[in-house]
Amino acid sequence: MLTTIIQQLINGISVGSLYALVAIGYTMVYGVLRMINFAHGDILMVGAYLAFFGISAFMLPWWVSFTTAIILTGFAGVLVERLAYRPIRNANRVSLLITAVGVSFFLENLFLVLFGGVPEAFPIAPIFQGVLNFNQIYLPVVSIYTPILALVLLYVLLYILHHTKYGMAMRSIALDIDTTSLMGINVDIVISLVFFIGSSLAAVGGILWSTQYPSINPLMGIMPGLKAFAAAVLGGIGDVAGAAIGGLVLGISEVLIVAFFPSLAGYKDAFAFLLLILVLLFKPTGIMGKELERKRF
Amino acid sequence: MSRNTILTILSILLLFAFLYYASHHFNQYTIIILNNIAITMIFAVSYNLINGIAGQFSLAPNGFAAVGAYTAALLSLTPAQKQAMFIIDPIMPILGSIHLPFLPALIVAGLVTAFFGFILGFPVFRTRGDYLAIVTLGFGIVIDIIANNAITITNGPLGLKGISSYTNVWWSYGWLLFTIFVVMSIINSNYGRAMKAIRDDEDAAVAMGINTFKMKMIAFVVGAFFQGVAGGLLAHLITTISPTLFTFFLTFNLLVIIVMGGLGSITGTAISTIVIVWGSELLRVFDQPMHIFGITTPGIPGLRMIIFALLLIFVMIFAREGIMGKKEFSWDWLFSAIKGGRKNAK
Repeated sequence: MLTTIIQQLINGISVGSLYALVAIGYTMVYGVLRMINFAHGDILMVGAYLAFFGISAFMLPWWVSFTTAIILTGFAGVLVERLAYRPIRNANRVSLLITAVGVSFFLENLFLVLFGGVPEAFPIAPIFQGVLNFNQIYLPVVSIYTPILALVLLYVLLYILHHTKYGMAMRSIALDIDTTSLMGINVDIVISLVFFIGSSLAAVGGILWSTQYPSINPLMGIMPGLKAFAAAVLGGIGDVAGAAIGGLVLGISEVLIVAFFPSLAGYKDAFAFLLLILVLLFKPTGIMGKELERKRF
Repeated sequence: MSRNTILTILSILLLFAFLYYASHHFNQYTIIILNNIAITMIFAVSYNLINGIAGQFSLAPNGFAAVGAYTAALLSLTPAQKQAMFIIDPIMPILGSIHLPFLPALIVAGLVTAFFGFILGFPVFRTRGDYLAIVTLGFGIVIDIIANNAITITNGPLGLKGISSYTNVWWSYGWLLFTIFVVMSIINSNYGRAMKAIRDDEDAAVAMGINTFKMKMIAFVVGAFFQGVAGGLLAHLITTISPTLFTFFLTFNLLVIIVMGGLGSITGTAISTIVIVWGSELLRVFDQPMHIFGITTPGIPGLRMIIFALLLIFVMIFAREGIMGKKEFSWDWLFSAIKGGRKNAK
């Protein structure tokens, strides 16, 4: 019994850190632009595909391929912001949201047309291969790396946010974008940087996701995107640490529910949103959330 | 009777004359598009009551549509049909034995959906703005997952087949006129003005003594009712429903329609419904092989969606106020426009 609980807890932490990585990207974009970036899950898919091509089409070593994929995905995020979001930065919320969904459909269908809907097998990098066994507790290596990587990246990000000039600019934009631009800060570059960081994190998430569930397809980003989004809101959207906590809470509770009530397995994906609705009933701004300004919508 | 009432009645008669002509002379494909326009318009108009008039950014209509469609279909199918269809697991006994004619089935579908809206209203209206959008989005996803997994009620991913094709232009346009009538009556009443006050400044509305929860709830429940009915009409138009019909894409289409038409304008919603429904039919050519200037392109399935997404981003960038903004069509406006036009001509 104890081993089952520990085993499931570790699985939960691993899945939760994946959600957390993706949720951080959501939350950062939300923080600076006050927009729900629906295309974030599809950026994750782009990252997974780029890593896949690097290894299977260009025969690159796994670490070269992963690094290139992460950087290129970062630039893809910047490109999306530049072409689709920047022209309507000052529009109302609904237009922003529709544009984001439009970008999401565009990416999904572009990849569907280019590469077809058939899932491809994702090559598992050598360091992620293998399963460790501690007293009947089986740990796939990737589920050990995932939380560690998530923690390190979270730490780096918090450091950037709180101890560098660009981080200060990001926090300042989150508070008041107009005043920030009056202070002589190049808002465009800072927002591009936010998109670069957020999209790179999504690519990391995509690669780890594809390693845990080793198949990729153009629609693979939808569910992790929605879950991560729920996680970001659960933690209080706009708060980076909150997103990480939300991701963990979501991942762990989801895995435990399925482990102890196998008959509910089909409802697994619904659970994230039921939990979300429940939390928002008691804390309408999420676990770590603060009251947001009210009148922008 | 005032001039405006007479003109309205005349134009409704004209619409019915057109529908009579259409149902006798147009081919099946065109008639399905006509039905589709009416049903989508019911969805969009009632959706705009929530989003455009009351200003509550809901993303729930795909959930409401699913509830309505499944309820109406389960009620109108005969017990024998239901028994034969549920092959994985038998249907719930109570549902299996009910059988209702079309109109009661639609009304019950609307009421059940309205009830769902009422229940959902409690968590939803504790939150505002984007949080509200997220909770309602979650509702749609939960409904989708239930439709896939509650096999004794919904038949799971297989969906429901053999639903009688009761929906024709009379049913769909009849319900459309009723929907527009009810929604316009609400908009032009004290309730409507209170809803607009909430949309424009919620804190000020509270300060003026408006019961914001009640107003939002009325908009939500009325909207849900008509979305449930529209779901029922849709089920009886296409005769086969499954969870894939009611994904977020449906909500997204409606969102595009109301934003393109102008949030808060029923006239704009009507115009953009026609543009979008018809337009996306026209875009189907992109999925088929094309011959342009002697060059033949192969048919690329999915190209239509790429073009749709791109058009959308362009529309959002260049025309974000929508076709009508917050304005409505009225006869007075039409006549003054004609007169103004004449003056300018002189």
